[in-house]
Amino acid sequence: MSELNDLYQELILDHKRHPRNFRDMPDATRAVDGHNPLCGDQLRLFVRVVDGRVEDVSFIGVGCAISMASASMLTEAVRGQTVGEAQRLFADVHDLLTSDHPHTDPAELGNLGALAGVHEYPMRVKCATLSWHTLDTALTSDDDSVTTE
Amino acid sequence: MNAIVKPTSDADWDVARVRRDFPILDQAVHGHPLAYLDNAATTQKPQSVIDAMDQYYRRDNANVHRGVHALAERATTDFEAARESVRRFINAASTREIVFVRGTTEAINLVASSFGQGLREGDEVILTAMEHHANIVPWQLLRERTGVVLRVLPITPAGELDLEALPGLFSAHTRLIALTHVSNALGTVNPVRQVVATAHERGVPVLLDGAQAMPHMRVDVQALDCDFYAFSGHKLFGPTGIGVLYGRETLLQAMPPYQGGGEMIRTVSFEKTTFAGLPHRFEAGTPDIAGAIGLGRAIEYLEKLDWGAAMAYENRLLEYATDRLRDIPGLRVIGEAQDKVALVSFVMDDVHPHDMGTILDHRGLAVRAGHHCAMPVMTFYQVPATSRASMAFYNTVEEIDRLAAALRHARELLA
Ligand SMILES: Cc1ncc(COP(=O)(O)O)c(C=O)c1O
Repeated sequence: MSELNDLYQELILDHKRHPRNFRDMPDATRAVDGHNPLCGDQLRLFVRVVDGRVEDVSFIGVGCAISMASASMLTEAVRGQTVGEAQRLFADVHDLLTSDHPHTDPAELGNLGALAGVHEYPMRVKCATLSWHTLDTALTSDDDSVTTE
Repeated sequence: MNAIVKPTSDADWDVARVRRDFPILDQAVHGHPLAYLDNAATTQKPQSVIDAMDQYYRRDNANVHRGVHALAERATTDFEAARESVRRFINAASTREIVFVRGTTEAINLVASSFGQGLREGDEVILTAMEHHANIVPWQLLRERTGVVLRVLPITPAGELDLEALPGLFSAHTRLIALTHVSNALGTVNPVRQVVATAHERGVPVLLDGAQAMPHMRVDVQALDCDFYAFSGHKLFGPTGIGVLYGRETLLQAMPPYQGGGEMIRTVSFEKTTFAGLPHRFEAGTPDIAGAIGLGRAIEYLEKLDWGAAMAYENRLLEYATDRLRDIPGLRVIGEAQDKVALVSFVMDDVHPHDMGTILDHRGLAVRAGHHCAMPVMTFYQVPATSRASMAFYNTVEEIDRLAAALRHARELLA
């Protein structure tokens, strides 16, 4: 089934099998819990922001392939970015996944473009956006948890 | 008189013929024939049910119990005939014991709210560790209102009730035990007659959540000797929006109204209102008339089936599915009770149930992934969620073969 391969691309499966930056972060400046009550996906995202720049980002948790791969890819993409850049990236990823006519070109998002296939699976979009909402909460608010309801 | 029907021989079950009664089953999903294995969530409807509801809206629609014109007469007659069908089907002593509600959830809320008004702080209600949230949360709301104490009968690793612990849970303050007849997350059929006997020896009434039992066996409330029995039309091959609370007449008689409004009154003045008799006292407002008529027709359909053969056939499906699934590397069946309905919950190493659901859907297989509204069961087995294939008498061995093949494929793809 070609469509299923659009969802479970090799890159996504690789991140699911070998999640990057899957670790606790004792010196994090923010740690936020993300929860998807529909399927039980649960993760904790850590960031260390110094002088407006994301010096380190990591996560731990359990979830489906899409949520784990998305979180893993997030950590690679966001590390080293300024808070403003990370927020713009969140907006682009959100647009790519949820909008019927995204203005974002998947090719310009590098590895994250692999998430584009999720758009065809409305029931799975929340799996892919969970870590991104968690990141957004970590960077822009004082809340310690976020759910995708 | 219904008594208890036992499985006979599946040789008498013509599944191809039964499938033709359910038009929805004949369709392709993602290019594959639909294999509907999510019957514990909701069942499909036979053509006769769809026709009955269609006819009602085309020809008979009127409000019930309120008019003298021809349509009101027809609607009322058909609505009350549906109540009689329910009574006959579960062998209740009287239609006064058959209260129409929205579903199992509302039935249990009705009991928690109305019967619950008679409970005081320190009174105790016994539940079990395998309840659906619908038989947990209403009691917690009651606890917040009145300070009742909830005690929970544990389950064993096989997914059976730990009956040895039951006598120890009763005290002089026990007012009710509320438990599921069949578990929606595990498939376990509970020995409810034994539980009823144990409770009645101590003078404690019993509420049974029959949502998952009704579609798989013939239920006789007098033979079970239960005090309340709750079920949903949509899980019994009938429509959504309608369900039933059976209540023993002496208990219902003593209970205060649940909601107030039309239908449930005899006379109203601003000084004093008198209430209607049973069962209308518990049915405030315009009911789901089409739903009740649809449910009545579903019951008529079910009454024509050979239940001994259907049950034997479902047992074969269960056995076949369990054997085929157990053979799959990395797959663990959750819920291995001796006595089960045709339902298999499972988890697979390295494949999250949510991914499983998507992969199976691509092959036309509809299964449920999630916590099945039984989060305490998930906690007990230390899994966030399971996949669940739940069967009905219209499923086939070929569908289970397709399920097994798709599960192997899922593992190859994701592990
Ligand atoms: C055991 C059990 N109880 C209660 C319910 C609630 O039924 P309904 O949603 O139809 O009210 C369900 C349905 O999922 C169930 O399986």
